[in-house]
Amino acid sequence: MSDTLLEVKKLITAFDTDAGLLRAVDQVSFRVKKRQTLGIVGESGCGKSVTAMSIVKLLPQPSGRILEGEVLFKDRDLTKLSSSEMQKIRGNEIGVIFQEPMTALNPVHRIGKQLSESFILHKSMSKKDAWDASIELLKLVRIPAPEQRISDYPHQLSGGMRQRIVIALALACRPDLIIADEPTTALDVTVQAQILDLIKEQQEQLSTSMILITHDLGVIAETCDEVVVMYGGRVVERAPVDEIFHNPRHAYTRGLLASMPHLDTPRKTTLPVIPSMVASLQNFVIGCRFCQRLNRDGSTLRERPPFLEISPHHWVEACPRCVESL
Amino acid sequence: MESPLLSVQGLKIHFPVLGGVMKRQIGSVRAVDDVSFHIQPGETLGLVGESGCGKSTLGKAIVRLYKPNAGSILFQNRDITHASQSQIRPLRRDMQMIFQDPSESLNARHSVRAILEEPYIIHNIGTKEERRRWVNELLDRVGLPASSAEKYSFEFSGGQRQRIGIARAIALKPKLIICDEPVSALDVSVQSQVLNLMLELQQEMGLAYLFIAHDLAVVKHISDRVAVMYLGKIVELADAEEIYRNPRHAYTKALLSAIPVPDPRAKKDRVLLEGDVPSPINPPAGSAFGHRIKHPLYEQTVGKDLPLSEVAPGHFVAADPCCLSAEDYQRCIAKPSAAASV
Repeated sequence: MSDTLLEVKKLITAFDTDAGLLRAVDQVSFRVKKRQTLGIVGESGCGKSVTAMSIVKLLPQPSGRILEGEVLFKDRDLTKLSSSEMQKIRGNEIGVIFQEPMTALNPVHRIGKQLSESFILHKSMSKKDAWDASIELLKLVRIPAPEQRISDYPHQLSGGMRQRIVIALALACRPDLIIADEPTTALDVTVQAQILDLIKEQQEQLSTSMILITHDLGVIAETCDEVVVMYGGRVVERAPVDEIFHNPRHAYTRGLLASMPHLDTPRKTTLPVIPSMVASLQNFVIGCRFCQRLNRDGSTLRERPPFLEISPHHWVEACPRCVESL
Repeated sequence: MESPLLSVQGLKIHFPVLGGVMKRQIGSVRAVDDVSFHIQPGETLGLVGESGCGKSTLGKAIVRLYKPNAGSILFQNRDITHASQSQIRPLRRDMQMIFQDPSESLNARHSVRAILEEPYIIHNIGTKEERRRWVNELLDRVGLPASSAEKYSFEFSGGQRQRIGIARAIALKPKLIICDEPVSALDVSVQSQVLNLMLELQQEMGLAYLFIAHDLAVVKHISDRVAVMYLGKIVELADAEEIYRNPRHAYTKALLSAIPVPDPRAKKDRVLLEGDVPSPINPPAGSAFGHRIKHPLYEQTVGKDLPLSEVAPGHFVAADPCCLSAEDYQRCIAKPSAAASV
């Protein structure tokens, strides 16, 4: 398949804990096409960030590790690469945008130094050239007065500006893939709109692919081509964005969409809810974890439902009680 | 009209900015700058705005966690603007607060029972046996098992902790609860559970809420009226349906259009704002939002008051030529300031 940039196959990532080896990501598979955006949506603890961190091998050490599966990026299996080989890919071919721009930037170095670093490291530029390239980059992400701003420290900038810097860092080497983990969650809505707009524009200009991780279905609807819905460390549904919003098949996807108040939901009415809450990692059953949340018992808890393509490009974890008319 | 439960008039809260070697005051942050509104018994007033607009400060000032610099706060027709701590304590029975992060607002060293009993002990209500029964009733009311009472707050998930926070707030059967981002930290599916609980409690107990949040869809869902704040001032206040259907202030319009719509087929007509909210330490001399959008009429507003005016029944908006249509601005200046009736 020539239009596939990244393919994740049956990825299993686990953490060593006092309660034993726990699988935070349990056989996750998806594909990112060239120039497209894949959204990963789910609630806290569903494994969406761990999936992303497994791709770039930034798992917390020493507890986190990939147990099984493949991450094929441009015909190479990233899970097999050494950490020095990964370093050449990260920041160069794959750019990463984290949620909290204050922790992603080094507070004791000037913006310019942090931006230049990736040019010096990956593109073997001289300090002077890297500095100039950094100014260009700041212009690209529309930072006003880039010649002055480049000598600032991160704390001198507002949250929105800092996130622009983080985006600039991710874009520095014109990567083929950007992984954005909740890039706008810490920002206000008007700034979020600016940042999403900027990401989309840059993506088009540089024909970059993106994996966008968020819990915000609105952000998903506006930016993604394809969506992966995760629950309990697994993919429960994967489909083109229009299918997810207009023909959701898994009960969890439906519940998630329904429980969100919209601007046209009648006011002060009872919202549909997904009862109960996610079980903790060590208590997960082998079978359908959404049945577990709904306190159902019986066979669906004991056997893992197959992952099936129920209509073209529309995949679902086919639990007979969570998916109607299978 | 029934007399309001809470009435805030011309409230100002300024924080000193200290600087220099002597730590003298070199300026002030006008966190809340001349804000007026009221809340009726049983009503929900939603308060929205971006970070730093002063919405949380306003909420905390009402329960007198901050001292106002000017203006007045009337609660149940009593002026509490300058009430002392001992005067304010009995009033706190009727006025409670729910915070954003329940893990920080619940004492991790106390069992849930101790946390929920505390309001009764402080206000000297009930015998030991009665308090025990009441705590169990509270837990049941917010949907937690009775066994939760002997656990500690860190043993619960975020949603359950917020239920404990709500249980503590309703323990003394208050009339008003100030809710500061009560569901922002929760996952979507848990958020709807907590919102439903808050709506049920309001029905049963006739509670009034001041609901502070940045999620406009959530605020619209729970509120009767909505106030929009920008840089320490209310710029628009109206019935919840009305303000979403028919926003008049440019900032409200921009804020509404920035919400991502969870429908890939939706057509978007987005007003994309440039820049950030200006700093309240050194706010623009005129219309704060006019300054951000670099409006040609900005110079006209410099040094002027932009008071709230009633442009339609119950629909108040700041009389700001930069942010209103020409017709609405004319309506505003035709009427004297409406601050007293907001």
